[in-house]
Amino acid sequence: MVGNVSDAPAPAETSSVVRLQEHIIEIVSDSGEGAQKAGQAYGAISAKMGNGVWTVEIIPAEIKPPARSRAGASGIRVRVGAREITNMGDEADLVLALNEQVLYGRIEQGAYKPGTVVLLESKWAHDGLAEVREAYAKAVAEFRALGLDVRELPLEQACLEVTPDPRVGKNMFVLGMLCRLCNRDMQRARDEVSFMFKRKGDEVVARNVALVEAGYEFAKHNLDMEFEIPPAPRDHQVVVMNGNQAAGLGIMASGMEMVAMYPITPATSVSHYLAGAFQKVGGCVHQAEDEIAAVGFAIGASYAGKTACTITSGPGLALKTEFLALAVMAEVPLVVVLVQRGGPSTGLPTKVEQGDLLAVLYGQPGDAPKIVLAASTIEECFHMMVTARKLAEAFRTPVIVLTDANLATGVQPFRRPEVHAEWMAAPLDQSPWDPEITAYDWNETTGLSPRPIPGQRGGQYVLTGLAHTRFAKVAYDPHANQTGCDMRSRKLAALASTLKPPQVNGEPEGELLVVGWGSTRGAIEEAVDRVRADGHQVSSLHLRFLSPMEPGLAEIFARFEKVMTIEINYSDAADAPLVGTSGQRRLAQLATLLRAQTLVDIDSWSNVFGQPLQPGPIHDEIVRRLQHGGDACSA
Amino acid sequence: MFGLKSDPSTELPERYFSLEDYEGGVARWCPGCGDLGVLTAVQRICRAEQLPPEKVVCVSGIGCSSRFPHYVGTYGFHGLHGRPLPVACGIKSRRPDLTVWVATGDGDCCSIGAGHWIHALRYNMDMVVMLFDNSVYGLTKKQTSPTTPQGMSTNTHPSGAWLPPLDPLTAMLGMTNVSFLAQTVDWNPAHLHATLAAAYRHKGLGFVRILQRCPTYSAGVFEDLQRDPSRLLMLTGPRGIQVEPAIANMFPNKREHDPSDLGTARAICEAHDPVPIGLLFQDESRPCYDAFTNHGLGMPTADKVAALEKELDRFTV
Repeated sequence: MVGNVSDAPAPAETSSVVRLQEHIIEIVSDSGEGAQKAGQAYGAISAKMGNGVWTVEIIPAEIKPPARSRAGASGIRVRVGAREITNMGDEADLVLALNEQVLYGRIEQGAYKPGTVVLLESKWAHDGLAEVREAYAKAVAEFRALGLDVRELPLEQACLEVTPDPRVGKNMFVLGMLCRLCNRDMQRARDEVSFMFKRKGDEVVARNVALVEAGYEFAKHNLDMEFEIPPAPRDHQVVVMNGNQAAGLGIMASGMEMVAMYPITPATSVSHYLAGAFQKVGGCVHQAEDEIAAVGFAIGASYAGKTACTITSGPGLALKTEFLALAVMAEVPLVVVLVQRGGPSTGLPTKVEQGDLLAVLYGQPGDAPKIVLAASTIEECFHMMVTARKLAEAFRTPVIVLTDANLATGVQPFRRPEVHAEWMAAPLDQSPWDPEITAYDWNETTGLSPRPIPGQRGGQYVLTGLAHTRFAKVAYDPHANQTGCDMRSRKLAALASTLKPPQVNGEPEGELLVVGWGSTRGAIEEAVDRVRADGHQVSSLHLRFLSPMEPGLAEIFARFEKVMTIEINYSDAADAPLVGTSGQRRLAQLATLLRAQTLVDIDSWSNVFGQPLQPGPIHDEIVRRLQHGGDACSA
Repeated sequence: MFGLKSDPSTELPERYFSLEDYEGGVARWCPGCGDLGVLTAVQRICRAEQLPPEKVVCVSGIGCSSRFPHYVGTYGFHGLHGRPLPVACGIKSRRPDLTVWVATGDGDCCSIGAGHWIHALRYNMDMVVMLFDNSVYGLTKKQTSPTTPQGMSTNTHPSGAWLPPLDPLTAMLGMTNVSFLAQTVDWNPAHLHATLAAAYRHKGLGFVRILQRCPTYSAGVFEDLQRDPSRLLMLTGPRGIQVEPAIANMFPNKREHDPSDLGTARAICEAHDPVPIGLLFQDESRPCYDAFTNHGLGMPTADKVAALEKELDRFTV
């Protein structure tokens, strides 16, 4: 292996191709160097070749963090496999870094392992500033001491042969290198780059294609490695997008015509996407003056018969609380997309957490039952929007769809949806209303009632957030409030009665059942599969309905010796100071709910590092639990 | 037939609406409450315009005056404290066919809902907003509101309100994209009716501040204005609020005002005394947000499906 080619060009054309089942690359750089664009192109090329792909962005908190700063790492990870890839995986195999400082943060986050190949821009070794040269030399030594296989490469110098300004082209050069190293189809790469720069004209396209080709040649002549990741068999068309784009498309597919929002990370990009696309299906994005107005505006449109959607994240949810309760109380259909981030308060705006579950369920004063779903894949971010709109109207209630920062920015290919006209909302019903039917003509069993829409002659009623009767009149007797609460609660029971028990991943009985929800599904199932391959009787269960819950959970749990949840939210470590002896251990959120629901002694493992869960640590924790008899342990 | 172009009898409307059609529940406001007069005025305008009751939505927040929708026989939305305007805008966003009346109070609009107040004026969506300003919180029993006169004793400021009151008129004349601003008083039904009718006819957001008596908690606030009409300044002119001469004669203090003259409107409001009534400002050329939010209304499902398929093509590999 060649350790350093910056000074000694190595003839490396004779490398043999190594066949892999999967491979993880990262491109890390300062913000603005185009690492994400290159990674997305690499992911798209791989998806087109038939590989499974999961792409996740590495995003600094600031828009323009200082150059060469540890916290300023911006980039992308792309996991490519010979089968479907459902999560970001564990440590990266290959890293392309445009400076050495940005690697520190990634190393701290455990993104790399001994043997990870780091292809590092070497120009810093010759920088005009002595402190830069020293920092670079020190870092390279430290990385090597950690076991990283650092290869120093004069990337910028090589780019200069093709372009006068390598600052705006190095990313495409890097893409070309990856295409060579990972045996990507160069024609697809040229097509992808042409597509990306189409709008900027032929000259820009030609220059970027030349950069990709130069990168390819550079890797061919300077690096003695080449991988091949065979494609996964696929007999259907796929689409490639992130979870926020999928949610936006799902909103369009649901026939909703109004999205009211206020900018908040990491939810905003749904509206960025819709701002360009929504008009094509006759829809409109309203950027409201604040989070409260956004949900109020959506409720207004819904009340008027055009079921609308609002999109937010944790702090926005907190502000929307009162209106959400009004929608529950007055039975207004509404879809809320909640892209969770780290909390509480402003928390970790760009990072992942599943910390809003209990807030969504119980965040309103009084009893406010509502439907809560959680998407576990990018594909579900699409389809759940269609489901949510239908449920909201059928059950005359808000439906909250939980996603998170991991799904929002993760990119994955999935089966192209076959759009059905029935997905779309029916045209506005303006037929006369039967005056014999009251505004809340509750079915005593299901709590369901038909809803008059303004414009329907004879259906006039006054919606109110005050306790009200089935005539929508302000209630002055105590029974009316009890009845109203009963009816709204019964709607959840009615929905639950239509659901099927969830499918267990693995055998239906065993030593341990791992229960999860939301974006952790891919990582949990991959970890459980590995533990099973080790010979343990472990299965997993993933919940899509969190309110109401799918039926049969207690029966499923009873067939396992132990049940635990794995989540990305806070829980006390069992051995934390005072926790173990006080009887006050606070469990993760789903575990808390499931214990109340099923009376099963369910444990949890969770953390709030703000990172997507990876299969490796989950695997290790499961094994540890099995070995230690399942005692609750720290995250 | 008979050589007539059309039979005039066929031009009779299919339905004729009387005041009863706009009546809701029995109003539970205090005897002598100024809200009752506003309710009557709105019902009469609906009748005069022959608005089908099912095509009208009264939207309100929380407070005494926000009970308004319950007493009207149309659709109604009695929502959250301070938040009628986002709801009203949401309704209009995809239902331009509905007539929207918003009832809001000085606490609802100028205090807890102040953020929405500014932005709804800027959105300028086609609706009438009635600010029932009685200078006090009534439903929660006499707390200081943003428009409570300095020195007036309330349950939260028993020794008198500390600060000078917020002036909604001067505030609104400084807000971008305001298109209709008028002031009236509840104790002159003719002027009240004429002002609300003008706001209804206005294309865009017609904002009317109604000085409204609360006999229970702020009985004295408008007493001077009632006793001495010369304390009021009636704005007149061909583009202003038109009332019968007998009504106009009740106000000795008059001034001709061109409602396109923003500078003069500001000067009149900033003087505070006399208190202006009539149309302060109107500009129908100001952009309405409805024009943007109504985009694509009525697109056939088949077209939506086709457009969505095309959009999915962009993501297909």
